[in-house]
Amino acid sequence: MDQRKCECGHTNPVGTLLCESCGKPLDIEVVEQSDFPDMRYEGMARRSQTYTKKVIDRVWNWFSSVKIAIGIIIVILIASAVGTIFPQQQYIPVPVPTEPDVARFYTDTYGQLGTIYYGLGFHNLYSSWWFVTLLVMLGTSLVICSLDRVIPLYKALTKPRLNQHKSFLKGQKLFAEGPMPEGSSQEELLRMAAETLRKKGYRIFSTDRALMAEKGRFSRWGPYINHIGLILFLIGVLMRSIPGFFMDEYVWVREGQTVAIPDTPYYVKNVSYHTEYWSESEMPEQLDLKGGVIPKSFQTDAILYLNKNADLPGAKPELVEVKNGPIVVNHPMEHESLYLYQSGVQEMQLGALNFNLVDLKNGNKELGLIKIDLYNPPKEQDLGNGVKVRTLDYFPDFIMGKDGKPATQTNLPKNPMVAIEIMGENGNLTEKMVYVEGTIITQKTDPRYGLVIRKPDLIDITGLNVRMDKAVPLIYFGSFIFMIGVAMGLFWQHRRIWVQFQEDNVLLAGHTNKNWFGLRREVDGLIEHTKLPLTIEEKTKA
Amino acid sequence: MQYIQLSDWLLDIAFLLYVLSSIVFVVAMTGKNWAGRDPKQHETRFGRIAYWLAVIGFIAQTGYVVTRWIGGGHSPTSNMFEFMAFLDFCIILAYLIIYRIYKLTVIGAFVLPLGVIMLAYSYVFPAEVTPLIPSLQSYWLHIHVTTAALGEGILAVGFAAGLMYLIRTVPQNVSTRSTKWLEVVLAVVLMLVGFIGMESTFARLDQKTVFEMNKETKNAMGQMEKLQAEYTMPAIVAPADSTIIKQGPMSPLFTAPSWMEGKDAARKLNTMLWSVITGVVLYGVLRLLFRKRLGAIIQPSVDGIDPELLDEISYRAISIGYPVFTLGALIFAMIWAQEAWGRFWGWDPKEVWALIVWLFYSAYLHLRLSRGWIGAKSAWMSVIGFVIILITLVVVNLVIAGLHSYAGV
Repeated sequence: MDQRKCECGHTNPVGTLLCESCGKPLDIEVVEQSDFPDMRYEGMARRSQTYTKKVIDRVWNWFSSVKIAIGIIIVILIASAVGTIFPQQQYIPVPVPTEPDVARFYTDTYGQLGTIYYGLGFHNLYSSWWFVTLLVMLGTSLVICSLDRVIPLYKALTKPRLNQHKSFLKGQKLFAEGPMPEGSSQEELLRMAAETLRKKGYRIFSTDRALMAEKGRFSRWGPYINHIGLILFLIGVLMRSIPGFFMDEYVWVREGQTVAIPDTPYYVKNVSYHTEYWSESEMPEQLDLKGGVIPKSFQTDAILYLNKNADLPGAKPELVEVKNGPIVVNHPMEHESLYLYQSGVQEMQLGALNFNLVDLKNGNKELGLIKIDLYNPPKEQDLGNGVKVRTLDYFPDFIMGKDGKPATQTNLPKNPMVAIEIMGENGNLTEKMVYVEGTIITQKTDPRYGLVIRKPDLIDITGLNVRMDKAVPLIYFGSFIFMIGVAMGLFWQHRRIWVQFQEDNVLLAGHTNKNWFGLRREVDGLIEHTKLPLTIEEKTKA
Repeated sequence: MQYIQLSDWLLDIAFLLYVLSSIVFVVAMTGKNWAGRDPKQHETRFGRIAYWLAVIGFIAQTGYVVTRWIGGGHSPTSNMFEFMAFLDFCIILAYLIIYRIYKLTVIGAFVLPLGVIMLAYSYVFPAEVTPLIPSLQSYWLHIHVTTAALGEGILAVGFAAGLMYLIRTVPQNVSTRSTKWLEVVLAVVLMLVGFIGMESTFARLDQKTVFEMNKETKNAMGQMEKLQAEYTMPAIVAPADSTIIKQGPMSPLFTAPSWMEGKDAARKLNTMLWSVITGVVLYGVLRLLFRKRLGAIIQPSVDGIDPELLDEISYRAISIGYPVFTLGALIFAMIWAQEAWGRFWGWDPKEVWALIVWLFYSAYLHLRLSRGWIGAKSAWMSVIGFVIILITLVVVNLVIAGLHSYAGV
């Protein structure tokens, strides 16, 4: 491998653009300003610019290109935008149980365009293999871009060159050359310049013939720090697919019920649920709500239990209370890494049917109250005085089946049908009756007993979203690092100013990665202060 | 109660002052070459007046934010009206900061009219103070929305400077692709103006057209009734499968395609059509009046400004706005989403569009480092970036359904 030897005697690694020691452009003839090498890594060799032969070099070089990274960003951007034209499958408003239903939904709702949208897989865009591939490519590009540049940058920043070749200084956007002012010495000038620049917050590096002032060097690390933040963020996102790191469950719990949370040793009880509404007196302004109301809070008072026998298969659960309190929107219940979110409600659902049993033959005498809990219908109820009621049959969501027999559509009590048997006179008299769709059908045409329908028990069912996401701290940490990185890189600027003497002239040059006007102001201040007879050449480096 | 009334007044005062300030800024820029004037002195004098009008307007608007916050009990960022007004507040704030750095009169001549348009746009939405629904009851409402708005406000200044760069540098003596696209951008701004004009005119005229659709919905009392769509603007397009039950000033010319679901889809299409039409009409009138491209009309006002300075201002505004936007619209948003729904990211349309804005400006910041992307190309990008922000704010909120859809026009 050949090394590049500069005329100053320094041997530079392959790929170097500006001599590491004196800053002279290597191997190129600088005719115009635009020929001067990019100052970003101060002309240091970068792997991607140096090795191009092997396949691995090509892959490396492809991913290390900022242009490619921007290309990937733009493709992700356009794909994401297309994904919002029609709703994603998870946000379809009506339930669609099967894949053909999903396809039909897009066709029926959005016509031809919807069919194409579905056909191309845009209905599940963000989890599609190609979208995920794009994200992984972006992540790879982040890592390789950073590695490719961080070492040359480190070298460039930690070895600030002092005695630069004139062509280096001339190559800077900010450059001025002029004769030494009469009656002043080089030492005096350097001292004054150093003093002025130090006041502006610069760090001074100097020899007896040259001076370099620098500030905001740390800002150059910003991009790499924010890339590290992004990489941590992406690792956090990937970690969620490790078993035990992420879980997403949904449980419906009715008031009074205790249910097991799937895949955890926990149980949750819904003690009570209530929705509150804003009263008019609480509102800051009179509103015309057209008879409607604005909800104020959705709240479930819940108890979280731990099953101590969770590890023993078949053992009866032994529940120990671990947490107790309200679950409100924006305020989930939290226990270790488990979070319970208030996320849905079915209000005023049938909980139990209530009837009054009356003796029709005895002046409609009330014999007692019958309660049929629709989630747990009682086998037998004793009303006293020798009267008992047995539940014979129960269909929570009644439908007459095709075979002529009653059946249930779901196991939710949406349309309950109950068949009961009344045993009176100590079991010597039995009568059967059926409650269905708000009416009572009796077995006999002239029954002894009758049922009076009373107000049913209405209950609220609360929908709790149970989540665990152990990657969240890492995701937040990554975001935090990212913010530090962007703030460093964008709120501060790296500036370097060189003052040198060559032959009988003073040379002044300046470089910054952003805010040229800020640098320009400081250099103008320097010239004014040291009374140097210099005018800065106006150059554009677009 | 008094607080809210006071806040309404303060906002009106701010609006008025911004209008005045815009006018004086325009005078400062266009009056430079009036007979018998020293251009520099003229610009400084009127620029200073305009600047102070903007400052007083900003103080009034600060008063609006404070009194509405006290009176309403929560930060004024909970619906479309409050958000747009707050965004406007942030745009002016960003302007004042950038002005302090660069002391360039002409920035105001572009940002203040933008502020006026934004504030006028907010007036189009219902302005009542509504109590917060449960999902908005979190201190993250204050933190997330205000920071996001601040980021967008700073990016808006980047847009204004980018637009100035283009008007300054695109040669107007020949017709090129650049001049045409520049005219398109200005026409789009006029469409926004047209929309505001139409909406506020017809809101007062009470010329409603009401359609009844062949679909049923549950009303506030829990009973089923036929779905109705109420247009404030004259109907060009009727909802699919509907009949008119209250005739407006004109009969619809055609029916919306059936896939435009939802009771307001056709009305929004109608509103959009009117905005485009009025924008184009306004544009045509201006062209006929001046017999010049709009770019050519504005160009003299930015004459003599160093284009590199404009480029620099645009880049600085974006590089300051980008981290603020990231923090407010993505990171704080993720934390709140985690708190409220247990997921920091859910690919909701609004979330996706915030990501799109972020990706776009990330691309911009990377391209700035490449040769050939400083100047015109990056000015175009700052303009496109702001258009994407507007899509996120307006189109996504009003047209695409999702968790962030606010009620409104």
